[in-house]
Amino acid sequence: MSVLPLIIRREYIARVRNKSFLIMTFLSPLILVGMIMLITYLTQLNSDTERTIVIVDESGLFDTEFFNTEQTTYLNMSAQGLEAGKSIAANEGYYGLIHIPANRDLIVNGVTFYGDETPSFTLIGDVEKRLEKKLTDKNLIDQGVDLNLIESSKTEIELTIENFSGEKSSKMSNWIKAAFGGAAGYLLMMFIIIYGNMVMRSVIEEKTNRIIEVIISSVKPFQLMMGKILGTTLAGITQFAIWVVLGAVLLTAVSAIFGIDATGNPAGNMSPEAQEIANNPDKLVQIIDEVRNLPLTQLVIGFFVYFIGGYFLYSSIYAAIGAAVDNETDTQQFMLPIIMPLMLAIYVGFFAVIDNPHGTVATIFSIIPLTSPIVMLMRIPFDVPLWQLILSVSLLVGSFIFTVWFGSKIYRVGILMYGKKPTYKELFKWLKY
Amino acid sequence: MNALLVADSVSKKFGNFTALNGVSIAVPKGSIFGLLGPNGAGKTTLIRIINQITMPDTGSVLLDGQPLEQHHISDIGYMPEERGLYKSMKVGEQVLYLAQLKGLSKENANKRAKYWFEKLDIGAWWNKKIQELSKGQAQKIQFVVTVMHNPKLLIFDEPFSGFDPINANLIKDEILQLRDEGATIIFSTHRMESVEEMCDHIALIHKSNKVLDGEITTIKREYKNNTFEVGVEMEEAAFAKARTHLSQKFNISPAHFKSLSTDLKLKIEIGDKAQPNDLFAELRQFGQINHFVEVIPSVNDIFIQTVNKNV
Repeated sequence: MSVLPLIIRREYIARVRNKSFLIMTFLSPLILVGMIMLITYLTQLNSDTERTIVIVDESGLFDTEFFNTEQTTYLNMSAQGLEAGKSIAANEGYYGLIHIPANRDLIVNGVTFYGDETPSFTLIGDVEKRLEKKLTDKNLIDQGVDLNLIESSKTEIELTIENFSGEKSSKMSNWIKAAFGGAAGYLLMMFIIIYGNMVMRSVIEEKTNRIIEVIISSVKPFQLMMGKILGTTLAGITQFAIWVVLGAVLLTAVSAIFGIDATGNPAGNMSPEAQEIANNPDKLVQIIDEVRNLPLTQLVIGFFVYFIGGYFLYSSIYAAIGAAVDNETDTQQFMLPIIMPLMLAIYVGFFAVIDNPHGTVATIFSIIPLTSPIVMLMRIPFDVPLWQLILSVSLLVGSFIFTVWFGSKIYRVGILMYGKKPTYKELFKWLKY
Repeated sequence: MNALLVADSVSKKFGNFTALNGVSIAVPKGSIFGLLGPNGAGKTTLIRIINQITMPDTGSVLLDGQPLEQHHISDIGYMPEERGLYKSMKVGEQVLYLAQLKGLSKENANKRAKYWFEKLDIGAWWNKKIQELSKGQAQKIQFVVTVMHNPKLLIFDEPFSGFDPINANLIKDEILQLRDEGATIIFSTHRMESVEEMCDHIALIHKSNKVLDGEITTIKREYKNNTFEVGVEMEEAAFAKARTHLSQKFNISPAHFKSLSTDLKLKIEIGDKAQPNDLFAELRQFGQINHFVEVIPSVNDIFIQTVNKNV
């Protein structure tokens, strides 16, 4: 009888029964939503501080431009003059003072902000915009231009985007595609790191427990390693499947609440986005429509395929590292080769793919095996040509077969080596044992 | 000799280090075979080769006349020196899992486990985790794991370390019983008392080479040098005269043992030509002989002597 299913079963149960698995599966979506809400709230809180700014406008042109907002109160002290205004602002602890010189020609370069702290970008931008607008209008009027005429001749254009077979999409849809691709790619990276670490820790555990010798007197090291990787993969898939189901339930629930016909096939955990904009039903309808228009099936299948491929690729390296060391602190030196390509993939994904999903950089990185799982997953919502998908998946399969072979070589020797902190050179020697 | 396990000039190198250099052993069926040697001699490497954990570079290993293959795994039970079990796994599940890895069916594993748990009176531990057990208790589980699948060949690496004397005795009896039921047993150890007590064959490995092997009685016969430990009752004043007399015919050295009378205590080497009776006759002249024992070299002596000889 084959022992592989036995090992897979044990590893799977060991992972799934673990308390941290349960917590991660059911609590982390809640934590994610909570984090997003907290960050939104904190950002608001950050800009919520009330401040008072003194205006000394010697030109007298901007009387009406500085009206009070919720956060900012403007005090016009043009009558008192710059020096008096400055001392008042300093004594009262006001946020700052804006001085506009009397001469109109000097205004362009002569407006000064006085204050203890450097003002925020938004404040500077806001003030500059108001001054520019007023001054431009003044200039236009001086040239004899009718402002109403300009206002009425302004137009706004929005491109309709449609592919050759007639499917329409919108800017909104592009935004959603990027969000979904980005989320999937990021999730995949987290999965690889978290589950790869699980494999590594379980290898180290077997090694330090010394049960390894009992087990490999019964099964081949390769079987044990594969069983471990497969069992952990199944645990990962279980977790993802639970999230998909939870996401689907949430999406259906949100749709039902807002009276949208949710007979489609929603998937993915989009609860955070949904909640964020729950106060804007019109936009929500549009977003849910767009989400349903995404190639969701392709995305979910893509996630599974690239998760399994990418995970195999990396976890066999993780297993080899686990076998090479005696304890977790020694793993640090070997982590860089794993983290680097993953980080690279995420950055390429967030910059190159979102900028141009079918650009050269995005295309190349979505085919190179070490980065392809993440980058390709981010590209999938933007309709990737089939040949690229096939090439990328076959390269991925080819290279994971290689890393599994390579990993098992090191694993085989490493699990019986104790007490030495190996170097890369030694690992290389192990390949020949 | 009907050997269950034969290793034929097995060599193994790790890089530049030679772990085993053409080692051959033959383990007779139904024997208790002591595999002895100082730390780092290559015992563990040889055991790992027998367990197919590592492959030999050259040489071959035969089990029951057949070259080792994957399916032989279920014929061997191995208890490594560094004991190991999954700490956070329940005892019962763990025992069943490891037995199934050895090829037992689930029902069979269950039956065998029940038998052993009853026999060792440890049924109450079934649902406990290993980390909740004491070291000695975990050792018992380890023993059960090793013998569960009824292997033909049992390999114990330092079997008694970690057991208290009572449990060590219990395990010793179990091992002897397994031997009587037909199992062949290899002990790898440097605890010589247990070798003396239990083994009938030994092999001594030193610095990757086998330096000695055979039946214990044969080896002891080879290593004995016709020395006798004697105690003869006489006046203390007469000691010197007796010593001078005896030293003219034999090699003598002082001996130490407990006696109730004033005895002249000596170790006397009579050489190849003389017979014990000759010595006996000599001694009778001096007084009552209270003590007359042939000195048989202990395995410990042989071990130290051989290792030192091969430095």
